[in-house]
Amino acid sequence: MAQARGNIGRSIAAHAVLIAYTLIALFPVFVIVVNSFKSRRAIFANPLALPWPEHFDLVGYTTVLKQGDFFQYFLNSMTVTVASLFFVLLFGAMAAFALSEYRFRGNTLMGLYLALGIMIPIRLGTVAILQLMVAAGLVNTLTALILVYTAQGLPLAVFILSEFMRNVSDDLKNAGRIDGLSEYRIFFVLVLPLVRPAMATVAVFTMIPIWNDLWFPLILAPSEETKTITLGSQVFIGQFVTNWNAVLAALSLAIVPVLVLYLVFSRQLIRGITAGAVK
Amino acid sequence: MARGKPVRWHVGVFLAPALLVYTAIMIIPLFGTLNLSLFNKAGDLRVFVGLQNFVTLFGDPRWSGAFWNALGNNFWFFVIHMLVQNPIGILLAALLSSPRLRMAAFYRTAIFVPTILSFVIVGFVWKLILSPIWGIAPGMLDWVGLKGLFAPWLGKAEYALTALALVSVWQFVGIPMMLIYAALLSIPDDVIEAAEMDGVTGWSQFWKIKLPLILPSIGIISILTFVGNFNAFDLIYVAQGALAGPDFATDILGTFLYRTFFGFQLQLGDPYMGSAIATAMFGIILIGVCVYLFGIQTRLRRYQF
Repeated sequence: MAQARGNIGRSIAAHAVLIAYTLIALFPVFVIVVNSFKSRRAIFANPLALPWPEHFDLVGYTTVLKQGDFFQYFLNSMTVTVASLFFVLLFGAMAAFALSEYRFRGNTLMGLYLALGIMIPIRLGTVAILQLMVAAGLVNTLTALILVYTAQGLPLAVFILSEFMRNVSDDLKNAGRIDGLSEYRIFFVLVLPLVRPAMATVAVFTMIPIWNDLWFPLILAPSEETKTITLGSQVFIGQFVTNWNAVLAALSLAIVPVLVLYLVFSRQLIRGITAGAVK
Repeated sequence: MARGKPVRWHVGVFLAPALLVYTAIMIIPLFGTLNLSLFNKAGDLRVFVGLQNFVTLFGDPRWSGAFWNALGNNFWFFVIHMLVQNPIGILLAALLSSPRLRMAAFYRTAIFVPTILSFVIVGFVWKLILSPIWGIAPGMLDWVGLKGLFAPWLGKAEYALTALALVSVWQFVGIPMMLIYAALLSIPDDVIEAAEMDGVTGWSQFWKIKLPLILPSIGIISILTFVGNFNAFDLIYVAQGALAGPDFATDILGTFLYRTFFGFQLQLGDPYMGSAIATAMFGIILIGVCVYLFGIQTRLRRYQF
């Protein structure tokens, strides 16, 4: 009986701490979203109140959408993120398959070489990357960003995916070989579908830093046509620093896509972390 | 198995794209930057100057003040993360992993939300909350009767760096939480049951049984924190600008590199000194990674289940 009471007490304490921290984590997001729907006076007079009908105002959103560029920024971010993600997953899975499936000279060394990039940040090469992109005529193109993000995402993708691919049953692959499937078909038809959960984990880990990056868009592609939404909202904040309705609305719009993707993938994410790799 | 067989082209085909992109965009520019740090310009020419750039960076009063300031600030930034972010992350993970906890999935998802937000949003919203003008923070402190404690933290040189480090902790606490949570879940039930049989429960169970088992994960988190912190830039840039004000009080190596490479106000950008700073950062990160790999990781005891 005493133990049961102790358990209840402990569980209440655990909930109290977790609820408190959840409030701290979500409070700033709440502040942005709630205030983006209010009139300017209400934002200042009562920042914590909910947007009741008397304060409700969409002026921020109309300002942002009238700017017009925001849609373009959003498309740029989408293009860069989706294309980089595609190449990271495809190239990463192919290399991981080669490393985990075949024995060849230099296999371990190759694995270490590719893993180097997990610890050494790609930003340190920025000076030479910019020179390279200038020489290739790729400055202010989305291609430059896609190339950089693909290189940035590959090391972790290869590392995680090769851990998972080692667990794919050899019997299955050998059965495929006996049936006369080529190595390429074995990879695309048999192995890839089996590592889908790992691919989802890699996708989340790769996507978030790309969507949120400010450094490379600022340096490689700052032109109006190639701005990503992260850089766009940073510039927007600078220009509209006194138009709080517009800034808060812009930030709310920037939060939504990544939040939705996160909620879709979050189950997959924790399963991927627990299942292997980062133990 | 390969002996006597024809060349297996498919191995090359599988490896080539990743290897090509990775080498061309990451490895070669990295070494290009390291190499560039050994040059400087004389007139219009580019001349080899050996380690002269580093002598300038570490010793010349025009550069060394800013460099050591940025390095010192960066260390403080890292210390705050180690002392605040990682213990909070471990505590939250320990609470989340307690059996039969309801709503664990909800807490986990909610606490990870700040990690997915962009620095632009994080920097701006905390500037708003801490602003003395709009003032959610002063209002809330007033509400609990502590208004006297409020100061414009981001505007004062003595508090600004710590305040920003705490904002960064707020943003990234989800990462240690998730990794430790995964490590705690992977502890087999029989180990826990055996401990319970022996009467080891609650906090003492955490300290005596679980903590030793998750030490390798804590090691990984520490080195990830180290690399992330010494490579940080975005939060300082969006909150305080490239000048890392007030009076360079929040300048870290990333912002220093950016200013040097691109120039600011009247100073022109300098790719050679920029490369020297990037090389110094590379050295610092390399030392940290080596200390972890050879000094810490090999000494951690790993348990096989």
